Amino acid sequence: MHSCADNLVTDTPDDEFECVAHRPNSMSDKPLHYCPGCTHGIIHRLVGEMVDEFGLLDRTVGICPVGCAVFAYEYFEFDSIEASHGRAPAVATAVKRADPRRFVFTYQGDGDLAAIGTAETVHAAARGERITVFFVNNGIYGMTGGQMAPTSLPGQKTTTSPGGRDPALTGHPIAVCEMLSTLPGVAFAARVPLTSPKNVNLARRYMRKAIRAQLENIGYGIVEFLSTCPVQWGLTPIAAMKHIDADVIKVYPPGVFVDRVPDARAAPVGAETDAGSST
Amino acid sequence: MIVTTRQPVSTSERAVRTPAPAKRLVKGNEALALGAVAAGAECFFGYPITPQNEVPEILSYWMPKLGRVFLQAESEVASINMVYGAAAAGHRAMTSSSSPGISLMMEGLSYIAGARLPCVIANVMRGGPGLGNIAPSQGDYFQAVKGGGHGDYRCIVLAPWNVQEMYELPALAFDLAERYRMPAFVLTDAVLGSMLEPARVPLEFPPLVRREQDWTACGRGNRAHKNVVHSLYLDPEVLSAKCEELQATYRRAACEVRFDERLIDDAQVVVVAFGISARLALSAVSALRRRGEKFGLLRPITLFPFPSERLSALAKRVRGMMVFELNSGQMVEDVRLAANGACPVEFFGKMGGVLPPPEELVEVFSKRFAR
Amino acid sequence: MKEEVLIAGFGGQGILLMGQLLAEAAMQEELYATWFPSYGPEMRGGTANCTVVFSSEEIGSPIAAQYSVVIAMNQPSLERFAPRVRSGGVLLVNASMVPVPYEREGITVLYIPAAEIAHDLGQPKVGNVVMLGSLLGARPALPIGAVEAAIRTVIGRKHADAIDVNLSALCAGRDAALERLTNSAADAVAAH
Repeated sequence: MHSCADNLVTDTPDDEFECVAHRPNSMSDKPLHYCPGCTHGIIHRLVGEMVDEFGLLDRTVGICPVGCAVFAYEYFEFDSIEASHGRAPAVATAVKRADPRRFVFTYQGDGDLAAIGTAETVHAAARGERITVFFVNNGIYGMTGGQMAPTSLPGQKTTTSPGGRDPALTGHPIAVCEMLSTLPGVAFAARVPLTSPKNVNLARRYMRKAIRAQLENIGYGIVEFLSTCPVQWGLTPIAAMKHIDADVIKVYPPGVFVDRVPDARAAPVGAETDAGSST
Repeated sequence: MIVTTRQPVSTSERAVRTPAPAKRLVKGNEALALGAVAAGAECFFGYPITPQNEVPEILSYWMPKLGRVFLQAESEVASINMVYGAAAAGHRAMTSSSSPGISLMMEGLSYIAGARLPCVIANVMRGGPGLGNIAPSQGDYFQAVKGGGHGDYRCIVLAPWNVQEMYELPALAFDLAERYRMPAFVLTDAVLGSMLEPARVPLEFPPLVRREQDWTACGRGNRAHKNVVHSLYLDPEVLSAKCEELQATYRRAACEVRFDERLIDDAQVVVVAFGISARLALSAVSALRRRGEKFGLLRPITLFPFPSERLSALAKRVRGMMVFELNSGQMVEDVRLAANGACPVEFFGKMGGVLPPPEELVEVFSKRFAR
Repeated sequence: MKEEVLIAGFGGQGILLMGQLLAEAAMQEELYATWFPSYGPEMRGGTANCTVVFSSEEIGSPIAAQYSVVIAMNQPSLERFAPRVRSGGVLLVNASMVPVPYEREGITVLYIPAAEIAHDLGQPKVGNVVMLGSLLGARPALPIGAVEAAIRTVIGRKHADAIDVNLSALCAGRDAALERLTNSAADAVAAH
């Protein structure tokens, strides 16, 4: 277990300070490589917090994507498997079915989940696989250099839609939560923009439910994070956040689309207050 | 006579051979499926495709009955990635398909090889390219033996020639896959998959033996460190070292060569054929012997590793080698490499699902090596 | 000892089952045996065929260019496979479906009215086993007891109530073949 002192850069003896925030035990001390203003860091931290909160470090298997988060396994302390592009739900399906005592989640971007891996996504959801999906939707291919994603907004300029995305030519954005909500195997589906501490807290609530959908053997759980990509959007980090609140949520309305997970009788002690300090 | 360069036989092989029940008529695909169960496959993932459908059908009955995992995936792409996941978490995992479906699995197979995961893939080959047909073929030799997907990798490849071996070779495939941490193929075809033969194939199975391995991403439990299964190494020096490691593994696996020889001792011409082709060739060789023509048969059971050393030694003392395959000439390249010019290596092949009867082979073989 | 038997007809005539019974019987006689079907679109109402090889020696090829026995259950099968009966071999024709006579030097051709015999037994479905019985009459390839045991095993798995009528069909087929062999021998003598 970490002590606060492990995580704080300080020359001062421990006892002069009160520890108010620390890195989740489920996260490693490797510095994140993400660009300034990118929300991957927030989501990584939230995942680490959740694994800590539910006490799952010893039985978690994380399925990492291809994309910007391809090195996600470096930042966590639990076991991980790197899937090929789009196949994380298939990999997760097998890991979970082979031993249902495991906690298995996938961490996927929009190209991974909603383009190359659409079939695996839809069928894992249709089967009601007891897996939890953390879906990072920033509407662009970040790692490969800003190409158009299935979730890019109409009119959005990308390196493969330099004139702006024209739905007549390239189709309309895919609203994943709405699409999956038609499937009875889905126990929880919600979308949240990561644009404020309040929204991050909301994200925590959704993640708890999506995790409980698995742990309580109810079904497939997905949380879609409306995320930033300031570098490829060509915006400052703050402008990127504002863009989500102003424009992205018009195409991808936040909210809960499916919730078959009963409300928790009582939130884990300190869960809400202990968190939130990272944003 | 079956020649095994490595003794003794593996534990799983022993398990599938004992107890030996009475013979019964068994279809090749059924033997393959039950062989996987007997070999201790914990998970099977597959997608329907002719001519191997009995494999998932039979496993959909047996696997759940024995508390194991069977799942019909949404595609072969998903199947192989499920195999990847289960293998990464330390489970004996398997899929089966036929040629077009195996093509779809090539990306996942490359990842499996790159991540050094053991698993078994059965390919009941059919005619190609493209949709081809559902008749027997051996057109996927290159794909299985030379890699198939991207990057420098190999798979163990085992080629059964009768229904009994369809049952026994999955166990060997799992053992070799685990011994070398690499994927293993059972490479067979539409004839062997659909034919019935008397075979000793039990319907009672030994309990699963869990093997603890220190590298699996199965949940940390009490382990002091995390395990990560991946194949990404951005630093060229690091990836290069990993590739060298793989190649060294493949060289080590060379000791696992197995082959079967018939009428070789005084043979002047050695027919080299695998799987169903070797069956057709055996009939031809026997007929040629009755005519006084000294042909023999060498049947590789392991296509990778390939019995190059044995062929090389034989090439120095025979008049020639006659390779017969149900393709345009794929294994013949490996035979020629082994012979290395020491004797002529002739080839005869049929494609598209045509099976040349032994009578035709007799004429072809005899003519090619007429004095 | 080695027999290479080809059985061909329409899908639904019980072609594949005939072959299985033969292979099962051969196995019970502790012979090597293989059964190889044709399949695919042909299964859906087209032509179906299977090759059964049984031998006291290990079997190489499960297929052959020529056969020691061909059982032609319909006209197209006769046209396609009759020329592939090996010299000294036997061609068994389902006379109920093939009105056209076929003759060839050096082989035995027997026309068996399988449907009529089956009808007389009260079970029109057993025409295939009548034809199988005729093989035993025409050629002592296997003891009838082995095929009877195979019927009990294979048919007994799902249709135990059909064992008896199939056993009767087997005997009736064998007798029909024996009768025709005797007649043709008598004809041959008369011709001399």
